[in-house]
Amino acid sequence: MNFLANLGRVVLALLAEIGRIVIFLKDALLQGLTPTIYVRQILEQMLRIGYNSLPVVGLTAFFTGGALALQIYLGGSRFNAESLVSTIVALGITRELGPVLAGLMVAGRVGASIAAELGTMRVTEQIDALTTLATNPFKYLVGPRIVAGVITLPILVGIADTIGIMGGYIVGTRSLGFNSFAYIKNTVDFLHLDDVTSGLIKAAVFGFIITLMGCYHGFNSKGGAQGVGRATTNAVVSSAILILAANFALTSLLFSE
Amino acid sequence: MEENGHIVLKDVRKAFGPKHVLNGINISVPKGRSLVVIGGSGTGKSVMIKTILGIIRPDSGSITIGGEEVTKLSGKERDQFLLRFGMLFQGAALFDSLPVWENVAFGLIQGRNTPRIEARDIAIEKLRQVGLGPEVGALYPAELSGGMQKRVGLARAVAADPEIIFFDEPTTGLDPIMADVINNLIVDCVKRLGATTISITHDMASARKIADRIAMIHKGEIVWQGPARAVDSSGNPYVDQFIHGRAEGPIQMEVLKA
Repeated sequence: MNFLANLGRVVLALLAEIGRIVIFLKDALLQGLTPTIYVRQILEQMLRIGYNSLPVVGLTAFFTGGALALQIYLGGSRFNAESLVSTIVALGITRELGPVLAGLMVAGRVGASIAAELGTMRVTEQIDALTTLATNPFKYLVGPRIVAGVITLPILVGIADTIGIMGGYIVGTRSLGFNSFAYIKNTVDFLHLDDVTSGLIKAAVFGFIITLMGCYHGFNSKGGAQGVGRATTNAVVSSAILILAANFALTSLLFSE
Repeated sequence: MEENGHIVLKDVRKAFGPKHVLNGINISVPKGRSLVVIGGSGTGKSVMIKTILGIIRPDSGSITIGGEEVTKLSGKERDQFLLRFGMLFQGAALFDSLPVWENVAFGLIQGRNTPRIEARDIAIEKLRQVGLGPEVGALYPAELSGGMQKRVGLARAVAADPEIIFFDEPTTGLDPIMADVINNLIVDCVKRLGATTISITHDMASARKIADRIAMIHKGEIVWQGPARAVDSSGNPYVDQFIHGRAEGPIQMEVLKA
């Protein structure tokens, strides 16, 4: 009986949390993404989310591309499929690993930073101060972050795709003995526009998820430093889970026959 | 209760779950006058001010500003309504990411679309009025002492010459001399603007200095209100215990009840 009661409490708490997120999403869309638009804030957030994430996303993509080339070469050699390295690296990076890894890295870096910043603003009454200065916090804080996330994540993923494929190319030509021209030709011949655009669509969705979760948890943090810490953790964990779930859903949707 | 008040609260109630924070608040503040609400921590002072501003929506009751009911305002109407207010927060609540002058000018730039150059000039003038030089405008809040942050918060509260100003614990955390400086600045600014003000505090020196009237809140109810000069002879046991800072009396702190 206690088990059922505890299970019920957990389910109710989960449903209540989902309800709060849906209400926050409604406010973010209806208030945060309608005029007045704070262009200055959007550009500032694009710089923080996009430009400042370039090193971590670039390094992740480079090493992933290199490791992927090695794995495919070693695995493929069991059934004489070594020649597929360039094609599989390109497809794997553009369709899956580029958007997912960039999303997860940005969730860790930017999602946490948004939650910590807004959480601190909440507990130090800066969000209340915005309201008293006749400035809607959803328009000033939430809207610009979401717009910046949706715009910059596809750009970041586009760069990550290029760097990841380059990582595979360097390993393929320097360590695995592939001919440089043949590697590039195989990559270009077998890579379709759909492979790239599907990854960029995923990236836009992931940008939305990361910024929404960062804002939601930061906006609703309470209880001082501990509350801000909890909000930061929750923002990263919930973003990561939602990114992986959304990736599965989008893959099913975008590549269904 | 005065019926012609600029700010009038009638039977305002607010509960958070089972906890009833406001239990039927009734106050009235005439135009251009200063009401100070005193009371211990957790008695509902801050919630009362936030319900007037619309940051917290009351469960029931009426709040009128200049005769206009404001509890149902939302969206643009509420933003317009908030343009009439200034507020000094307990911890100043300055925006960390903006320099001091932009903090002071924030309501002018964002709320009133004042050009940035003009807003900067106004901000520098308001900083001068609270005793801070123009060089402070370029600093960030983290570079200021607590007293300077309060001054900047005060400059921000009065930057747009509001008709109503709220002060939330304006002297908490300051040494007695700086607290008196802030009190003097509040009196000066309010006199200059002719604003209607509500302050909440548990600093009796501050209350005596800035109040025309004083109200005492306890467990979400106003248990006494009267002219500031009458506070020492109120005959109200709650007020007497509070202003003399005695542990014995009708007000029992939660920690003593356990």
